Amino acid sequence: MRSFRSQQDPECGIVTTGIPGQIEELNLDPSAPILPVQRTGRESISRFLRSETGKGWLTISPPLLYAMLLLIGPIIVIVANSFWSQDYLTIDRTFTLENYRAALTEPIYRDLLMRSLFISVTVAFVTVVLAYPIAWFVSFYGGRYKGLWLFIITVPFWSGYLLRILSWKVILGYKGVLNTGLMHLGVITEPLSSLIYNVNAVIITLAHSWAAFAILPLFVSLEKLDRSLLEAAADLGDGPVRRFLRITLPLTIPGIIAALMIVMIPTVGDYVTPKLVGGKDGVMIANAIQVQFGRASNWPLGAALAVSTMIIVSLVAGTIVLALAGLKRLLK
Amino acid sequence: MRFLPSPRRLLAVYVILYVAILYFPVLLLPVFSFNDSATPKLPLVGFTFRWYESLAGNAAMQGAAWNSLIVGVSAAVLSTVLGICAARAITRHRFRGKGPASALIMAPLILPEIIIAISLLVVLLGLGLQLSLVTVILGHLLICLPYSVTVLVSGFEGFDPSMEEASRDLGETSFGTLRRVTLPMLAPSIVSSLLVTFTISLDEFILAFFLSGTEPTLPVYIWGQLRFAAKLPNVLSLGSILIAASLVLLTAAEIFRRRAERKMELRP
Repeated sequence: MRSFRSQQDPECGIVTTGIPGQIEELNLDPSAPILPVQRTGRESISRFLRSETGKGWLTISPPLLYAMLLLIGPIIVIVANSFWSQDYLTIDRTFTLENYRAALTEPIYRDLLMRSLFISVTVAFVTVVLAYPIAWFVSFYGGRYKGLWLFIITVPFWSGYLLRILSWKVILGYKGVLNTGLMHLGVITEPLSSLIYNVNAVIITLAHSWAAFAILPLFVSLEKLDRSLLEAAADLGDGPVRRFLRITLPLTIPGIIAALMIVMIPTVGDYVTPKLVGGKDGVMIANAIQVQFGRASNWPLGAALAVSTMIIVSLVAGTIVLALAGLKRLLK
Repeated sequence: MRFLPSPRRLLAVYVILYVAILYFPVLLLPVFSFNDSATPKLPLVGFTFRWYESLAGNAAMQGAAWNSLIVGVSAAVLSTVLGICAARAITRHRFRGKGPASALIMAPLILPEIIIAISLLVVLLGLGLQLSLVTVILGHLLICLPYSVTVLVSGFEGFDPSMEEASRDLGETSFGTLRRVTLPMLAPSIVSSLLVTFTISLDEFILAFFLSGTEPTLPVYIWGQLRFAAKLPNVLSLGSILIAASLVLLTAAEIFRRRAERKMELRP
């Protein structure tokens, strides 16, 4: 197994697994079968550290170890937790699939999962459709001010996550700015109760929150688009619509995919938006996860909900990527 | 037909509308923070500073502000230091496994924060650690790191590695080269990374909410205040200050980032 996964470093002739923590251990292992020359451990370590691969791994190791310890480690613990069960105050570590049965079949969790997916997919598509013309504008007409435009558009995204959502609550609320404004103007006589505490309010707020983030990958892929292709198509008599459908759109599909993913995956687990503007009908899966880690104190169930969410959103993401790749072939 | 606007003009109108809607909620809070009414509603009734004045004597808020400052500075410094390591390895070394390694470091950018928050919570409590500002810093470091790396990678790409070689050839030690060549060349990117990550930490809510224990940061404090309708105007004034601070910090970061880019243009 080891020799199958290991690769020989051409420069120093020692075995690396690609995992920095394991290099030392492997070299010190006298039975390592594919070492070409038997060297003392110390010698091969210092050789490795002087090689290009060794220097690279050494330099990247502090942030990489941090990410392993505080991201991969905890995620493994969460996955392990999801197969255990809560026994009042202690955790029973016998293997069980009960949490997953609950997460995937109990109507309340199933509904929350489906709603969260629906919301995140909708938000991702709305965001990308609305952001595409902006990215187009900046890329084609931005001139010297492209950087400035990107800065202006992305600044709201960077400032006040919580406050932006609060602001939508102030706007959409029953006695909020929109209702009182419309009543003041005499458009309506009674406040509209349909503005807030539903799925639509969650979608509007999230789409606004993530609008700016979708611009960046779209902009990057539009920048990469070879403009001479558009000129060639125009010379050959293609109109603007045809040019867009046959050149711009297919060639920017990678950017569209990146933008969809960068919005869809984080929003599926949004906690604050459903809590502030979602009301009873807009609750999402993150709220249920938080309850399990807080009041209900059932970590294994919370863990199973989190893991199920991630797996399902990855599957949906994969499907969307495949569908768009198919669309690209179709358009070409 | 003459009256139909051209597509380009339509696009310009759309862009203006889009940017206006993008900024509308951000600018709405400051407007209502000066409104002399206990609830934010139209029409505006009158101008007042009293919601800001009442912040002055608020010890709990000032404690939270202090906590945010500690967390923000620590997260910014640590993430910039780790970011320099990562960016250097990514731009200056070719090695097997670079792709997966950098993908792992950048992963928190796309993971739902609640997943990061609960997994950290379970592990930190499992290790027997008390939730404190330190645990918030650990979490913030994780999500700040991708931003530092992005800023610093372009910083490293912006100057010629041969300058470091020249310094070593002329007899500087590795440390001397770092101190006298690499860091001065990187300075604008480092400042930009510090400012951006500080702003992200200042703004971050979910991780702080799960990991802060009894010492709230400003967003966690604001969250607690939202339960009381009467406190809303105070929240609006505090929020306006936070937004203003973020805007100033981000603008400064952008100026430094551009300075780094201009250095790049001077390359032969």
